Amino acid sequence: MKNSIILSCIFVVMLHYSCAQNIENKVTTPNIPVFEAELLVDQLQVPWGFTFLPDGSLLITEKEGTLIHFSNGKKTEISNVPEVYQRGQGGLLDIALHPNYEENGWIYLTYASPEGEEKGGHTALMRAKLKNNALTENELLYKARPNTTKGQHFGSRIVFDNEGYLYFSIGERGDREVNPQDITRDGGKIYRLYDNGKIPEDNPFVGVDGAKKAIYSYGHRNPQGLIKNPETGEIWDHEHGPRGGDEINIIKKGANYGWPVVTYGINYSGTPITEKTEMEGMEQPIHYWVPSIAPSGMAYVTSDKYKDWQGSLLVGSLAFQYLERLVLDGTTVISREKLMADVGRVRAIEEGPDGLIYVAVEGKGIYKLVPKN
Amino acid sequence: MKIIIPIYLILIITLGAILYQEPGLEESMERGVEIYADFCVTCHLDTGEGVPYTFPPLAKSDYLANNREASIHAVKFGLQGEIEVNGISYNSAMSAMGLEDEEVADVLNYIMNSWGNTQNEMVTVAEVEAIEK
Repeated sequence: MKNSIILSCIFVVMLHYSCAQNIENKVTTPNIPVFEAELLVDQLQVPWGFTFLPDGSLLITEKEGTLIHFSNGKKTEISNVPEVYQRGQGGLLDIALHPNYEENGWIYLTYASPEGEEKGGHTALMRAKLKNNALTENELLYKARPNTTKGQHFGSRIVFDNEGYLYFSIGERGDREVNPQDITRDGGKIYRLYDNGKIPEDNPFVGVDGAKKAIYSYGHRNPQGLIKNPETGEIWDHEHGPRGGDEINIIKKGANYGWPVVTYGINYSGTPITEKTEMEGMEQPIHYWVPSIAPSGMAYVTSDKYKDWQGSLLVGSLAFQYLERLVLDGTTVISREKLMADVGRVRAIEEGPDGLIYVAVEGKGIYKLVPKN
Repeated sequence: MKIIIPIYLILIITLGAILYQEPGLEESMERGVEIYADFCVTCHLDTGEGVPYTFPPLAKSDYLANNREASIHAVKFGLQGEIEVNGISYNSAMSAMGLEDEEVADVLNYIMNSWGNTQNEMVTVAEVEAIEK
């Protein structure tokens, strides 16, 4: 009896040591906060995404389908927003400006769309211009299909790279056995398009029969964070794992990120999905979270306004309701910090043109992080 | 020997009364399992235990037992603001799931009759329809 207790203790200790990334998975709370969170925009339900217009005002998407212009302390609802499929995790999702917005005025939106013949919805990408508090010249650039009534995994974030290509993410729509590993199907992918929605001639699967030619990478689960690393120009995503196994990935052309063939997570019921965490031909994340923090929103800090924050990554946690700072050494996460503890479900993060960090929290609004000296 | 028959009958009747379910409840709960796995499990977890101080538990929930209308309202329209569940206060937001009334009834019948929860009457579609924003 005694032996078995000792043996199981040894087993637990060994298990502990055999887990990779042990140190990285410890999150610490800093003793001296370097900022004070000031609620800039109040009374928002689910502020899914936001972006800054050149005049410093904000465009905010509410998941239920409204687009809000916040200027000089006042909210104005923008009209002519497309119909959204409001179900489960679906709704109005991300918003981004064209890199040359001041010349061309294009605004990009992703949303769960009911468009199509089948019942249900799937993620869509559109662009439009803003005129007299309305969207005009609306153009649908991409609509994933077929629709499904499943409530999960629409993605979606939008980002532009240095060459002006547009990237956006779509989750696997709750159908992991069918969508993520199949390049002839939408979902579980990161897509790359020209700014007008045309498919770049050198997209990785352009020459593959039956493939969705807009796909840039596949084998994703549900990416709700997508940024351009401003130092390297690379596109980075983070994505929700199941129970455990949220990941940060560097997105490479044509690469397979493994879901659900390899994962660091398990089913919500506690049963395994696969024994494998790696396989040849599948990319490894640069970081993974166990347990899942449920990441949403991501920003790379370029500003020098917050002591030693420059060059670190900010990620929102929906599950544990805080803002996480990941200190990076190149592509290695060397430590993690818990900020804004218990603030609420952190949905989106942006570095503003003023170099300050803005954080959108569900049920609260958008906070401005005012640096403390 | 004679006494065995009445005892047997009493046992059967009692057992029957305990196990009695309204017609349709079982089917509704079965459909509810699917809805739960699709919309609820990510936060409230597989056996409704939730995450203390973050996502309220659905298992053995005093809130569900005592706030039937508010529970239906929350699943139908979402929930925001402070609630207390099993002695712990929760102040967060759950957005509306966009479920049809029938799906609201099904998932609630599953939740309200699982993991230590019981209800005397099943939730009906008509009851869900009657609850307004």
